[in-house]
Amino acid sequence: MSIVILFSLAVMSLALCLAFARLFRGPSLPDRVVALELFSSILVGIIGVVAIATDVAILLDVAIVMALMAFMATIGFARFLERGGPRDD
Amino acid sequence: MTEVLTAAGLLTGSTFMLLAALGVVRLPDLLTRLHATTKAATLGVSLIMLSVAVHFAETAVVARALGIILFLMLTAPVAAHIIGRAGYFVGARLWDGTVKDELRPHYDPLTHRLRSGREEDDEPPAAPPHRD
Repeated sequence: MSIVILFSLAVMSLALCLAFARLFRGPSLPDRVVALELFSSILVGIIGVVAIATDVAILLDVAIVMALMAFMATIGFARFLERGGPRDD
Repeated sequence: MTEVLTAAGLLTGSTFMLLAALGVVRLPDLLTRLHATTKAATLGVSLIMLSVAVHFAETAVVARALGIILFLMLTAPVAAHIIGRAGYFVGARLWDGTVKDELRPHYDPLTHRLRSGREEDDEPPAAPPHRD
């Protein structure tokens, strides 16, 4: 079981690194927002895996808050872009 | 049995997340990247949360895990739609191989007005141009 947990944590860390590459490179701001959203999804998954690994069920509350904050951040970025983002054409 | 189910959920969930990250890195434009993250990452988180529910098997934990899954399935399409809309307004470039953009000839990105091309058939209402 611990091997499975380690493997899935490693795979999700690799996914975090790839998402960070897009966040770093991303040609425009919406691409970076997409990468941030993926970041938060992967973090929710990592929190779930850590909850299994440590047998601490309270960590799920952290995952709930994480998902909620990510949704709010996405909505905020989208509003910001629609209001006054620089046009790219 | 629960061990096997938990392990299978963790492995497939993390694999789907890796697929989502690969899609974000490899796909060519904003809309295809959205398509990669919003579905694959939601499926990955859902599988991991299901395996959390199977592992703990208590009522409170199962309710929380299902709540996370429900919340993600409700918010991921909304967030993807809003980001795609904002990206279109900002003028994000489409992929070179895009076959058709049906919105472009009808839509004015500066005034945010969408016209059907049949406005002269009936009496045009004298609506002042407004910007949302």
